[in-house]
This record gives sequence, C-alpha cells and structure tokens, in this order.
Amino acid sequence: MALSNVVETPASGFNFENVSRNVALEGLLEGGHTKAPKPMKTGTTIAGVVCKDGVVLGADTRATSGEVVADKMCAKIHYISPNMYCCGAGTAADTEKTTDLLSSNLTIFSMNSGRNPRVVMAVNILQDMLFRYRGQIGASLILGGVDCTGNHLYTVGPYGSIDKVPYLAMGSGDLAALGILEDRFKPNMELEEAKELVRDAIHSGIMSDLGSGNNIDICVITKQGVDYIRPYQESEYKDKRQRRYKYRPGTTSILTEKIVPLELEVVQETVQRMDTA
Amino acid sequence: MAAATAMRFGQLSSGSDMAPDWTTKEVSTGTTIMAVEYDGGVVIGADSRTTTGAYIANRVTDKLTPIHDRIFCCRSGSAADTQAIADVVTYQLGFHSIELDEAPLVQTAANLFKASCYRYREELMAGIIVAGWDKRRGGQVYTVPVGGMLVRQPVSVGGSGSTYIYGYMDSNYKPNMTKDQCLRLVSGALSLAMERDGSSGGVVRLAAISETGVDRQVILGNQLPKWSTTGYIPYCLSKGLEIYPTV
Repeated sequence: MALSNVVETPASGFNFENVSRNVALEGLLEGGHTKAPKPMKTGTTIAGVVCKDGVVLGADTRATSGEVVADKMCAKIHYISPNMYCCGAGTAADTEKTTDLLSSNLTIFSMNSGRNPRVVMAVNILQDMLFRYRGQIGASLILGGVDCTGNHLYTVGPYGSIDKVPYLAMGSGDLAALGILEDRFKPNMELEEAKELVRDAIHSGIMSDLGSGNNIDICVITKQGVDYIRPYQESEYKDKRQRRYKYRPGTTSILTEKIVPLELEVVQETVQRMDTA
Repeated sequence: MAAATAMRFGQLSSGSDMAPDWTTKEVSTGTTIMAVEYDGGVVIGADSRTTTGAYIANRVTDKLTPIHDRIFCCRSGSAADTQAIADVVTYQLGFHSIELDEAPLVQTAANLFKASCYRYREELMAGIIVAGWDKRRGGQVYTVPVGGMLVRQPVSVGGSGSTYIYGYMDSNYKPNMTKDQCLRLVSGALSLAMERDGSSGGVVRLAAISETGVDRQVILGNQLPKWSTTGYIPYCLSKGLEIYPTV
C-alpha cells in the first residue's frame, strides 16, 4: 500500500519542543500586558470509600481556569471498564486522556483474554505510564473497582506512586473531605451509609475550598453493577440562565418581505449514465 | 540540554493558583527504616508515614516490600522511584530464580538494586535496605543508599529519621543477639526516631525473616515503647497519673 507522504516514527520519550515556543509566546504576551491563558485545572474534591458490598466514589463538578469557573458541570468520575471507575484531580486534559488511554488498553485486554480486568492491572498500567513521564502528566487519580478478588480502592500520584487504602480524598479540597472521612469511616459499612459519608465529605470540600463547587456526583460500584448518579445532589445556588439560545420562528416579528428571484441561464447540460446492477 | 529545557518547563507550569503546594510536591517517604541480622535470620522495621510537602498522604504505609519469599526491602526516598525500582528488581530476581531453579541469594537481590540505583543515580532518589535469609549465608543485611553504593552491615538504619538514632543503635547493638532482643532493639529505635523526626510517624511495622518464613507484626501508636524524656511519661509524673508499662 503506497503512502502519499512518509510518516516519521515519533521519537521515544517526552517531547519538549513546544517549551521554547511557549517561552517566546509568554515574552510577547507580557509585552502586550496580557497573560497567557492558564491550563484548565480541576481544583477539586474527590473521595472514595470501600464498603461491605463495593466501592463508592464521589466528586464535585467545578472546573476552574485561573480564577474563572470554566465548567459548572464537569464530569470528574471517568469510566475505565464495566467494573472500574476513576476520579481525577489535577490538570483536566491530563486526567481525561490518561483515563481514556487506560480504558482503551483494558478493553483490548478483555477482548483478547475474555476476562474482566482486575483493579491491580489498571493500577499497574497507570503507575507505569505516570512514572515514565516523571511527573509531567499532572494527574492525581483515585481508582476504585470490584473484581473477582474483592473491592479495591487505590490512589495513583502524578509521579507514579501508588497507595492502597480503605478511604481516600484528593484534590484541593482533600483536607476538608478527609476530616469528615477520618471522623466517620468504619470498616464494612452498609452501602447507604457509605453514600451519605462520601456525599458529606464532598460537601465539606465544596464548602471549605474555593476550587470545588457546584454539584456532587456519586458512583456506586458493586458486584451487581454500577450506579452512576449524576448529579447526586445539585447546588443550592442555581442560576436561571437558559443555555439554549435558539428561539422559535416568530419570536422576532417580520415587518416587510421582499423577494428577488435570481436569473439563471442554462449554459451546458450533460447527462452521465450510472451503471445500476 | 534536555535538563535545561525541563527546568524551564517546571518554572512555567508552577504559577500562583488555588491549589496548595502539596498537590505539586512529589510524594516522599521521609522515613525511618532499620534492619538487624541475628543468628538464623533478620529483623526489619519501618515507620508508616508518607508525606507530600507538609501533608501526610498516607499514615499507614507499608514500606517493607517483599522481593522474594525470604528477601525483603525497606524503602526510603521518593515513593514513586522506590516502588518502581522494587517492581523491576522483583521481576528480575523472580526470573533469575526460575532460571536457576533454586531460591535466590540476598546478595543477588542487593546487587540488582545497586545496578538500578547506580545506573540511574541522577534521576532517582532512593535509599534502600535489602535484608533476608538464604541457605548459603543465613541472615544478611545490605544497604544501598542514595547514589548506589552497596555494603553489607550487621545492622543498618536509613531514611530521614535515622540520624537521630545512630547513637542508640551504636550503643545498644551487640553481636549474637536473639530474635526477641533484635525486635526490641528495632521497635525501640524506630519509636525514638518517630518521636524526634517530623517526617516519620504512624505505626511501627516489623518483620522477622528466617528459614521457616516471614513473621509480620504491627505496633500501634499507643503500644509503642515509652521513654522518660518524651511524650507520655513526663506528663504522667507531673499529674500523678499511673504510668502504663514500658518495654
């Protein structure tokens, strides 16, 4: 199969070519008294709890870009596989792409082997990738899932360190959320109690941290399946903006109407027969 | 050249934003780890605190990582680096052991650690103590500090809290101790280090490795050995309260 252009195989390792371009751009913008746009970070509260029947994950829904709320209904709990979900804190692009990549890899694996992927496998893949990039991928992830070996909750740091824990909070609101979790967590909790605990932890993060806010998403993973409740609880501070700016015909009244027909002249007419079988 | 551009990249991405510094600092096991040989095996111990800057990311960490059936390593330094190195060495040693069709030597495991730590010494921050039992030489302790040196010692301490217990270790270690004496030495030394070092704390995890197997135990915060100058006892004496039994 001949290719019209030769594609260069990408060099291994991290590509820093854009660094010099960004430095030059920053210099130009500083001169013009404007700042370069900040990458969108999910200043966040995410939490996870292992309970008797499964794993409960929770997250707020605010994404910030500098001091502006960029997305009021951001989805921070990402799908990995039918039995695993992952909450992400840090740079929004990094968490989304990393979890997407992980999800693709695990789908291929389960098709190849015919088995449901295990949580340790997902954790190992994440750890390999983040360690390889030496912290340049700003993704702090909470991975929770249920597999044949039990209910598991792991955290993966941006440099590639992992910790296996029964309860966890991450993001800029993690201290507030961890206070609630440390106070009320018990091993082998019932599902409803665990959902309330995670909701309270995220709520405390939203109240005490500027980078977290808006609604609360909850994801419950059990042996029977996944219950992704989005939103579990909506913010009390909702505005009435429509977000749909398409108006029905007739909203603006028509005062006059003038029709000008375009004069066309047939210059050439060709008929091409199509072979129909 | 790549290092210079990498440093500039770091300056660009760190700006003033709402995230506190522990989201940008690397996770480190600022630590106290210790290993002692006795006739018939080794006793190893570690604290359980992992920090990112001033925040304790995990207060119940397990820093005693199994490399093979009778070989463990104690990890200190960057959590990501030590976990990655331990995974690599576990694979290499497992492969080597299958090829040989016999249990690997502790010296082999220690040399594998040294090979990785020395080759990548510029990129890594890892101080590791390798300890275990094998048929040829019994219980052995090898230390591989930051930089990739390898040396065998009868007793070794490592991590940020180790500086506070060199005196205790030097004066209390005697050759030919029994397993129980070693356990008391290690738990005493670790609790002293945890008392004085901010980056060490939590619980004390111990493991005794011998021909018969690995015996793990955890000493919780309120069960730690108590000392007269720190913490609980001066308070009890001042209030006339009953003092709980010490080691």
